Amino acid sequence: MENNVIYGINGPVITVKGPTEFKMMEMVHVGNENLVGEIIGVTDEFTTVQVYEETTGLKPGDPITGTGNPMNVLLGPGIIDNIFDGIERPLKAIEEESGAFISRGSQVNALDDQKLWNVSLKVKAGDRLSGGEIYATIPETEIIEHRLMVPPALSGEIVEVKPDGEYRLFDTIAILKDELGIEHNLTLCQKWPIRTSRPIEDRLPTTVPLITGQRVMDTMFPVAKGGTAAIPGGFGTGKTMNQHQLAKWCDADIIVYVGCGERGNEMSQVLEEFSELIDPKSGRPMTDRTVLIANTSNMPVAAREASIYTGITLAEYYRDMGYDVAIMADSTSRWAEALREISGRLEEMPAEEGFPAYLPSRLAEFYERAGRVKTLSHDNGSVTIIGAVSPQGSDFSEPVTQNTKRFTRCFWALDKNLAYARHYPAINWMDSYSEYFNDIDPWYNEHLGPEFVEYRKRISALLQEESSLMEIVKLIGSDVLPDDQKLVIETARIIRVGFLQQNAFHADDTYVPLEKQMKMMGVILHLYDRAKEVIAKEIPISKLLSSGLFDKLNKMKYDIPNNKLEMFDDYIKEIDNKIDEIL
Amino acid sequence: MLIDYVGVKEINGSLIVIDGVKGVSYEEIVDIRLDGGSVRQGRVVQIEGERIVVQVFEGTRNISLANTKTRLTGHPMEQALSPEIIGRVLDGAGRPIDGLGEIFPEKRADINGTPINPVSRVYPTNYINTGISTIDTLMTLIRGQKLPIFSGSGMKHNDLAVQIVRQAKISGATEDNFCVVFAAMGVQKDVAEYFRKSFEESGVLSHVVMLLNLSNDPIIERTLTPRCALTIAEYLAFDLDMHVLVIMTDMTSYAEALREFSSSKGEIPGRKGYPGYLYSDLASIYERAGMIKGHEGSVTQIPILTMPNDDITHPIPDLTGYITEGQITLDRTLQGQGYYPPVSVLPSLSRLMKDGIGEGFTRADHQALANQLFASYAKVIDARSLASVIGEEELSPIDKKYMEFGKLFETKFVNQGFNENRDITESLDLGWELLSTLPRSELDRVDDELLDKYYRP
Repeated sequence: MENNVIYGINGPVITVKGPTEFKMMEMVHVGNENLVGEIIGVTDEFTTVQVYEETTGLKPGDPITGTGNPMNVLLGPGIIDNIFDGIERPLKAIEEESGAFISRGSQVNALDDQKLWNVSLKVKAGDRLSGGEIYATIPETEIIEHRLMVPPALSGEIVEVKPDGEYRLFDTIAILKDELGIEHNLTLCQKWPIRTSRPIEDRLPTTVPLITGQRVMDTMFPVAKGGTAAIPGGFGTGKTMNQHQLAKWCDADIIVYVGCGERGNEMSQVLEEFSELIDPKSGRPMTDRTVLIANTSNMPVAAREASIYTGITLAEYYRDMGYDVAIMADSTSRWAEALREISGRLEEMPAEEGFPAYLPSRLAEFYERAGRVKTLSHDNGSVTIIGAVSPQGSDFSEPVTQNTKRFTRCFWALDKNLAYARHYPAINWMDSYSEYFNDIDPWYNEHLGPEFVEYRKRISALLQEESSLMEIVKLIGSDVLPDDQKLVIETARIIRVGFLQQNAFHADDTYVPLEKQMKMMGVILHLYDRAKEVIAKEIPISKLLSSGLFDKLNKMKYDIPNNKLEMFDDYIKEIDNKIDEIL
Repeated sequence: MLIDYVGVKEINGSLIVIDGVKGVSYEEIVDIRLDGGSVRQGRVVQIEGERIVVQVFEGTRNISLANTKTRLTGHPMEQALSPEIIGRVLDGAGRPIDGLGEIFPEKRADINGTPINPVSRVYPTNYINTGISTIDTLMTLIRGQKLPIFSGSGMKHNDLAVQIVRQAKISGATEDNFCVVFAAMGVQKDVAEYFRKSFEESGVLSHVVMLLNLSNDPIIERTLTPRCALTIAEYLAFDLDMHVLVIMTDMTSYAEALREFSSSKGEIPGRKGYPGYLYSDLASIYERAGMIKGHEGSVTQIPILTMPNDDITHPIPDLTGYITEGQITLDRTLQGQGYYPPVSVLPSLSRLMKDGIGEGFTRADHQALANQLFASYAKVIDARSLASVIGEEELSPIDKKYMEFGKLFETKFVNQGFNENRDITESLDLGWELLSTLPRSELDRVDDELLDKYYRP
């Protein structure tokens, strides 16, 4: 292994001449600065390495040394509330080491190995443990208990246990003897290769919705815990804004936010906002449950490719502890482009639009790592993946969007025209879909009553009807429509403006509990039903419109605070009174 | 040890291949001496053992297989930096061409820069008052932002850029610590001259660094120009604590130069022949805007690009829009109707605006007003498309109101003089004045409190 030296350099791709002992996907150190790289191709003539850092200044003849292990991440306490680059290097520690600009070949440990953690041991000598079972816990943040698990491949008998107390990351706190009699030190951390999914005991059906507090998502196109969702949209349609809203408000225990090839200022905004924002459920800052992975668009492209895998591996690790984890990947298109870029440097035969032919299988592999599972520690956990897609030219027929559609079951299509009219979230209700209704409707029925599902069906039927009516209106204007159809259009307007549109900057409207969502739908439909009575009596619709009821409902999202849901009864009464007057 | 490598093995477009080179490092700069004594510079773009591929900035004209001597310089492309650089005119590769002599460097920096650690960034929240109603009200420019102008050939993007430079009031900036870096890529001589003259007239010329790669200058040099410009900008902002406004025109020429380079290198093309790494490459330019903790200065970018065939889905504007924090889109129809600046409001956006406006920055009603103007103007477009089918006469009364509002909005709000500097309060009040022509019930993005205060029919 000593004589492996650089032969060729082309961007982030480096070749080593002659047969080597490197394994596929082995992690290597390149050059005198020890840049991190990964073996991506081996032939008897050349070995190909992709380097996760800038290759400027490397020379033929510089050494390449193997580590013997695949590209892996360090898993242990200290992940939460941290911000990493695409290959799990802590950006805060790098800042301390090299200042505001990221220098190369940084050798900072992924997790702080000097910090003392308060460890409670959960096992005693003589206990038998299999892989994935918990041997100790640590309060990682105020709200997250970090559970240390036996690495999945190990099992055996505990022969020695340290007392409860304060330990550092690499301290041995227990010793496990396997069947062959070999003793293994259990520390506060373990390593896991990022491209391999962590083993589980069993997959569970996705029957619980991920509550987001965003009306259009929760009611119209819900995603299940352990499910997959895609948010495609051109620039300016609010992909990032939606991802931020989800990261802030969805009811997962832990959020992994991967900024993959996106803007630096956005990441600093997330950092700033999340540390100021208080999670209403726990009363603690949002950062107490958030892990950030920031590989901005100007950081090395190969690390961008890895960042998605790093993120999902961290998510799986916390899932295995029994948490519901949601991972936001913003944006998977940048990741696909990184694949394309590296594939191009390898001179592989391209498929559609220059993307490599293995793009669909890579996307499938990634989304398959979502799921609600029974963990090896016999607990339930889930990983929900929400991937943003940035289609080129806002054209949803491009390969990344199309292939993502195949592997995700919930599709929140963002619409440029809605965004232009500043209708946010700009999720188009005609193009979006969710396949989770059958799985999670029983949950809604059980927790909110059968009305919820029924209301949703009626609301989407109204929107559907409006959409076909609008075709006519576009051609001949709305004046010629009969009153009952005008009523559909007016009601759909309330649904659009008063219900689907949601103001992320409004203190109450930014997160709306399910009960309020349901009541809002109920009031709108109540008005519609009563108004139909009016139309049936051939009273002109203008009388209804001048009653002020429609405007009132448009603004109810602001007028009714989230904690005063009894006000909806007054609305119902007012509707009844005014309509009775007209009648 | 200085070795001259005589001759080249292969010439292809702007690339030359040299064999038998030892001790070369990736992206190193080489000097290529021609027979006649002229020296060109090149950069190592690929290494395969002792065979290297060099990109020649000045082009390969007159190079034969035998008439060159190539020497390694031992360092990557660097930009000479010193406080005296302010007020100078440089070529596209950052070398002085104003006849005032070499820059005595206080420091040299790799023009590729290094990425700013996201942790070290300061989230930008201070707005820049440009005195242009549409921009200030609807797509507010923020200090440390990158906000491109999406334009088309023959549109008034240059005038708009000049007006922004002349009128921009950056909070925290004074006469002494405000500076403009102007990078011209593939623009015509008279365009560059127009900028120079405008800077002179508005008295900022002594605060401008100009980098000129004109349309007849070497194309490959164009790929260096924005990097040199931003290296200078970063030096001024983070070493000298200045507020720097970087104007880069035309990014389309830059991307085309990159495409030419990529295809001569035989790379697999992505969309429309542009290299697959166009996104990463543009990002490595645009991301060099912002502010850093512990430094006073800031880099604000206004790149200008002409959309080929006015097509916003073309890869260059498309990828740019995905990287930058919004965009100012210009519209040919508006310009045709004689409106200046022809800012097409709906597709324009400033992503950083929401945190830099409102109470304490501009005025409490700013966000709500902007939302309402966007929403109402979107309805104008709907009404117009309906009118084009059924005729204006047949429109419903409310649609007619919108048609009127649209006309007023374009003539009074969008349209403004080249020398007209509107205060932010003036622009906001004007917005309310126009909204007041619509029935109150149509203003569904504003709460009653604001309506009571500002709605004056």
